[in-house]
Amino acid sequence: MNSSLVWLQRNLFSTPLNSGLTLAALYLLWLVIPPIIEWTFLQATWIGDSRTACQSNEGACWAFVDARFSQFIYGLYPEAERWRVDRAFILLVILFAALFVLGFRRSRVVATILIPYPVVAWLLFYGGIFGLEVVETSQWGGLFLTLVIAGVGIVASFPLGILLALGRRSRLVVVRSLSVSFIELVRGVPLISVLFMASVMLPLFLPEGVNFDKLLRALIGITLFQSAYMAEVVRGGLQAIPRGQFEAAESLGLSYWRTMRLIILPQALKLVIPGVVNTFIALFKDTTLVMIIGMFDFLGIVQAATTDPKWLGTAVEGYVFCAAVYWLFCFSMSRYSISVERKLDTGH
Amino acid sequence: MNYMKNMIEMKGVNKWYGDFHVLKDIDLTVSKGERIVICGPSGSGKSTLIRCINRLEEHQHGTITVDGIELTDDLKNIEEVRREVGMIFQHFNLFPHLTVLENLMLAPTWVRKVPRKEARGKAMHYLQRVKIADQALKFPGQLSGGQQQRVAIARGLCMEPKIMLFDEPTSALDPEMIKEVLDVMTELADEGMTMICVTHEMGFARTVADSMIFMDEGQIVERASPAEFFENPKHERTRLFLSQIL
Ligand SMILES: Nc1ncnc2c1ncn2[C@@H]1O[C@H](COP(=O)(O)OP(=O)(O)OP(=O)(O)O)[C@@H](O)[C@H]1O
Ligand SMILES: [Mg+2]
Repeated sequence: MNSSLVWLQRNLFSTPLNSGLTLAALYLLWLVIPPIIEWTFLQATWIGDSRTACQSNEGACWAFVDARFSQFIYGLYPEAERWRVDRAFILLVILFAALFVLGFRRSRVVATILIPYPVVAWLLFYGGIFGLEVVETSQWGGLFLTLVIAGVGIVASFPLGILLALGRRSRLVVVRSLSVSFIELVRGVPLISVLFMASVMLPLFLPEGVNFDKLLRALIGITLFQSAYMAEVVRGGLQAIPRGQFEAAESLGLSYWRTMRLIILPQALKLVIPGVVNTFIALFKDTTLVMIIGMFDFLGIVQAATTDPKWLGTAVEGYVFCAAVYWLFCFSMSRYSISVERKLDTGH
Repeated sequence: MNYMKNMIEMKGVNKWYGDFHVLKDIDLTVSKGERIVICGPSGSGKSTLIRCINRLEEHQHGTITVDGIELTDDLKNIEEVRREVGMIFQHFNLFPHLTVLENLMLAPTWVRKVPRKEARGKAMHYLQRVKIADQALKFPGQLSGGQQQRVAIARGLCMEPKIMLFDEPTSALDPEMIKEVLDVMTELADEGMTMICVTHEMGFARTVADSMIFMDEGQIVERASPAEFFENPKHERTRLFLSQIL
């Protein structure tokens, strides 16, 4: 018999119950899939400049997404200046390509390439130097803003979380109790309240006239919040490292920080890659909460666009598009983490 | 043994774990080049004793001086002592995320600031001495227990320590691998390394040790030359112990 037929027989029709379940599942798929394809592709309208253009078709009104696409990406960032965002993004891609070529293992190369990047990116985005026009952060928005918040949140909360995790296991009582209090305090409150505090309450405590940027405050809030979760993930990894590793490192004369950096953390972090990436993904999606303090991130700007009278009734398309983009980013992170895990496997 | 100076001096050392008195009035001197084997029943404090010598454990009373440096809370002293004292563990404790070569090069480059090229040369030299130079690029997880323990010894030697401590280096090994590790240790002893070795390998002890120490319930019960220790032990407890393991 043909091998695929054998496979079918073994896996899908091995018993009467199995055959029944297979048929039921097929029927369900037949009910669900064709309408989805119909709506998404066959009956969809792709071009047009208002909702009326979509009325002739039953399906999705992708014309909405098409018409507002660049706004979804850049928010209210002035059109004439959007090249700056593009440049910063292209620069990042080039840096990562360079790192792949040069290899991630030489930490000094990685550091010298990546550390100046946030400064360069900030200067490009914000301007006010080299004749670049200032673009206030209140004009930043869309996917661009989402990536800025998620990027800063991930990059800053990771080392902070590691420090907190080390602090929580420190022998120094002051360090340990400060870390524990911070972690438990932050984990006990919702992110929304942290953001509210950052945007509404913090300015009340600052002296008159001192006014620091709302985006910056949100970034600090999100970073502190996520670092507490990161700390707990990392602590799980630290606890899994046998005492013998600490002892071997100590007996060779390595100092505390070198022991951590060279021996303990590389092993501990490798163990918790799934948890770390999980936290990154959660952070990525949590960035949408900045909406409630009046910032238009990707979801926020899409939602705002659906209330445009010209495009009334396109909310579903907006949300589907949004979900697809979020999924794409989160799924890529998850796949990337799996490949990193494989690469770091040394068979122990 | 040509007496030069005391490498290790323990005077009136006492240690407690909570209420439990693990080490009781330990007095021990080890001179340069001396080879000492410690044995005794399980839980008698052998590991604790040698772990006090490089401050993996803290003692509460008495003084421990290693190569002229007294062990106190002073981190600088502790790190200095650890540079001079190598330690081999029962479970090898190699760093599993690094290759064999990287395991050996790590401490010399970071602690002794030896240039990488020199550290590599030294690492290969010691790997050859323990006869596993061909495994240099493997990860520890890919080696047998005996090979791992030999790598661990080479890793200790790369720091060029003045003293080596061994805590039951062969007791986690399959019988057929014990010899290869003992051979390496015997060679080391022949070259004049100051060694303290906790082990129940009495054949090894007989041929290598300058003196035998028997511990029980946190005390050093008896210290004697191997000949005397095995033929004519003074204490009843020693006799009983020897009759059980020989
Ligand atoms: N961290 C600790 N906390 C409390 N008690 C401990 C600790 N470490 C060891 N002990 C106890 O101290 C005693 C001595 O332990 P030690 O490991 O030195 O014995 P040992 O002679 O090496 O025994 P073995 O032959 O089994 O290795 C044991 O009774 C042990 O239970
Ligand atoms: Mg022991």
